Amino acid sequence: MAKQSPTADPILQVQNLSRVFDVSPPWLNRVIEGQPRQLLKAVDGIDFSVKSGETFSLVGESGCGKSTVARLVVGLYGPSTGQIIFEGDDIGGLSRREMAPIRRRIQMIFQDPYASLNPRWRVKDIIAEPIRAFHLAHGGAAITARVTELLEQVKLTADDGQKYPHEFSGGQRQRISIARALASEPDFLVCDEPTSALDVSVQAQILNLMKNLQRELGLTYLFISHNLAVVYYISDRLAVMYLGRLVEVGPARDIFKNPQHPYTRMLLDTIPDLEMSGRERLPVAGEVPNPINPPSGCSFHPRCPFANARCRSEAPQPRMVGSTAIACHGVEENRIIEAAPVANGR
Amino acid sequence: MWLIRACASIQARHMGMADMKSPAPAPSTLQRMRDSDIWYSFKQSPITIAAAVVTVTFFLCALLAPWLAPHDPFDLVSMDIMDSFLAPAWSIDGDPRFLLGTDDQGRDVLSAIMHGSRVSLFIGFASVLLALLLGVGLGLWSGFVGGRLDAFIMRVAEIQLSFPTILIALLVNGVLRGALQIEQQVHLAYVVLILSIGISGWVQYARTVRGSTMVERNKEYVQAARVIGIHPWLIMLRHILPNVTGPVLVIATIHLAVAIISEATLSFLGVGVPPTEPSLGTLIRIGNDFLFSGEWWITIFPGAALAILVLAVNLLGDWLRDALNPKLR
Amino acid sequence: MALLEVDQLRVEFLTRNGTLTAVDDVSLKIEEGEVLGVVGESGAGKSMTGNAIIGLLEPPGRIAGGEIRLDGQRIDNLPYEKMRKIRGAEIGAIFQDPLTSLNPLYSVGQQLVETIRTHSDVGLAAARSRALELLNEVGIPAASQRIDHFPHQFSGGMRQRVVIALALSANPRLIIADEPTTALDVSIQAQIIALLKRLCRDHGTAVMLVTHDMGVIAETADRVAVMYAGRIAEIGPVADVIKHAKHPYTDGLMGSIPVVGQQTERLAQIEGAMPRLTAIPDGCAFNPRCPKAFDKCRQTRPDPIASGAGEVACWLIEQEAHHG
Repeated sequence: MAKQSPTADPILQVQNLSRVFDVSPPWLNRVIEGQPRQLLKAVDGIDFSVKSGETFSLVGESGCGKSTVARLVVGLYGPSTGQIIFEGDDIGGLSRREMAPIRRRIQMIFQDPYASLNPRWRVKDIIAEPIRAFHLAHGGAAITARVTELLEQVKLTADDGQKYPHEFSGGQRQRISIARALASEPDFLVCDEPTSALDVSVQAQILNLMKNLQRELGLTYLFISHNLAVVYYISDRLAVMYLGRLVEVGPARDIFKNPQHPYTRMLLDTIPDLEMSGRERLPVAGEVPNPINPPSGCSFHPRCPFANARCRSEAPQPRMVGSTAIACHGVEENRIIEAAPVANGR
Repeated sequence: MWLIRACASIQARHMGMADMKSPAPAPSTLQRMRDSDIWYSFKQSPITIAAAVVTVTFFLCALLAPWLAPHDPFDLVSMDIMDSFLAPAWSIDGDPRFLLGTDDQGRDVLSAIMHGSRVSLFIGFASVLLALLLGVGLGLWSGFVGGRLDAFIMRVAEIQLSFPTILIALLVNGVLRGALQIEQQVHLAYVVLILSIGISGWVQYARTVRGSTMVERNKEYVQAARVIGIHPWLIMLRHILPNVTGPVLVIATIHLAVAIISEATLSFLGVGVPPTEPSLGTLIRIGNDFLFSGEWWITIFPGAALAILVLAVNLLGDWLRDALNPKLR
Repeated sequence: MALLEVDQLRVEFLTRNGTLTAVDDVSLKIEEGEVLGVVGESGAGKSMTGNAIIGLLEPPGRIAGGEIRLDGQRIDNLPYEKMRKIRGAEIGAIFQDPLTSLNPLYSVGQQLVETIRTHSDVGLAAARSRALELLNEVGIPAASQRIDHFPHQFSGGMRQRVVIALALSANPRLIIADEPTTALDVSIQAQIIALLKRLCRDHGTAVMLVTHDMGVIAETADRVAVMYAGRIAEIGPVADVIKHAKHPYTDGLMGSIPVVGQQTERLAQIEGAMPRLTAIPDGCAFNPRCPKAFDKCRQTRPDPIASGAGEVACWLIEQEAHHG
């Protein structure tokens, strides 16, 4: 992976970030049926930082809060506590007006190519919207020229701008979505499962395109995915998320080669074996618990084969082990039995 | 009419643009309309075609009544009291000058119906437009903002729904008339009717639009607009509104029929337009007095005209609802 | 004789713009106890093939040609009532979304008991104990309590287990599983795959596993059919197809999947997208995207040719046979 070496200074720093959603039943029901308020901690005090020019991935199963983190970073949600620091400024909870100059620099690519483009707009208007909103080009001719340039950048043609989204396939729509995200000339792209709705051959096209664009434009990616193979291919560093918390953060290569946290190991063990090596795998136990009532202590303890009394009562804090930060009492106490590494860089 | 004109102008604009900019023009709006599923489903349904023909005929007759009508029912000079109570032309007492007979003042019933449809359709359209603007606006706002505002607007809507429409219309009518001077009332009869029918009909639009808005608001294209920092009002108008108007068109068509009936009902009850400028409802009320003395045509023909018009518009609305429903395609 | 034989199956859709061929001359066999994977991208016709076999094609889709034989007996032309009996008793079905496959108004026990009693003549008590046995078998914890729960009280993975129990309830000889793991999380996906594998081994049930996920196929299937634009591009033992793909499409597909542990700077990619049904090119449907296409590919449509232990529909294979 000889990529432009990411510079050392972080472009984005997330500190003790939390987001709580009120999922209570309506007020009247609470009063009449005596139901308590219900709070969902979608993101629960996470820290990470993204270096300029790198791809930082968040991996986890559905409901772990990774999409909430994406929406917090782009300002679709405000944080409940904690800071989101973009180039030294805390951008968490800014008003729409205060956020405007930063919005141009942080854009987002969405998961569902069928829902992320307004079906009533022509493609050229969809891509021109950020250009007009941020006054990046003036006059019809200049805007048209810029739209054409963007369409060609994502390997579409100028004529495609005249069409409506329904005339395109899923992969082409995702290209349009990328062109719109690039229209404001951002530095930082938040990609929320950009390929999970696509077929594999199209996924490869989009991933290659994203890598090329990163190299050409010096973009930084915050990449959200549940697909470990995709994450392995695209990431420089990654964070594994479970029930709103980060369990392991570090360089992608190190984590894939030597996963430490029992949850990371379990996840890596679920990757289907395309090599058909007949490798025996640990059986995966249990399911993700209800995030409204997360387990006490380490939230992974009910599924963890190494859990003990401390894991059930005390939430582990991240500790650095080599290059990775791991939140696990077992790793700290050195009682995780060494299992065969999953990916040896075959 | 306005639809055809709008399409023509869009097409003209489109063709002009295509000529200037793109060398290979996309199919024109008219072409796309001809290829569309809606047009196909229209062609497949003979009842719908018949309903459309009836509706268009009514519209033309109403619009061109001053030129098409054989007599001018408002021109007191041309009326002759000797012509009163003439039976339809085909009966023994008929007069070939008056195809559908005359009323108590010697007015030609056919001409009165044509002019009456004009009044009925005008009030119908205007009140539908008012209800639509009110309902779509409030529904969009309510669904997009949510929370307390939404709860408030929807509670008001529910309270209004628990009263019959005609009662609301009578109430608004009564309040407005009470607030106005007697001499103003004659001039403002139309306004009062439109306001009362319009206000009584907004709820359905608001509920439908609110529902679709709540779905659309969470879609990723709206989030994309928010990430760009587009103002919430613009997101509502430019992104969400075009995507929630499909069902509104259906409701509006069916509501047009309801509005025409409401106007007729109010006029029949005597709180509508004055007898000097009769609508279909007023004509039916006038004729009603003579129904049992044998002059049936004075009320039956306007009544039949109203029934046919409302049925045709309703059939169009039903077809539109099915044609726009992807589940039934 | 194979358990299921599909012979030159053709599924067409009548639309006002003409007839669209969604499945075109598909032939395949499934032996007793065998897992056949059917893999392809969206729109390749894989689900349509599955639906045609269980007799669940929705109009305007219809079988326009070919034969489907179960145990040598034709089932593609049976009247609805007869097919309904075969469906469930002989052929079970598992769909992608476990929530829509279950009736939300009945407890899972009621649904299982009803299915069991439709297909075999047993009493209520016997059917219930059989239902309990099934729930235990598919790994539902505390099955004796959960049998009276309603579908919405189960998580996605547990629901899919219930659907599998339902499909197994009449001891079918063949199960058609259409994307059974697509809606599930990765860790649950692994559990369901392991369960399906175990059940088929224990019961000797044959499975047709329809999926877009090569990983699932590699884990589960004995043989695999790769579909492209309504036709089978390549069919053969799963190890052969995955490791030594012969059809350029399969080859490209395998190259486009990122693999953990493999250093890749750039994924191999197939340019373009699968054609829509309205615009399938002449000759081989894959020829506009194929890096190895030559004149014949653009003119004549290749039929599957035996190659090794499988069959490949590609003119390159014929060429090799001639020259080699």
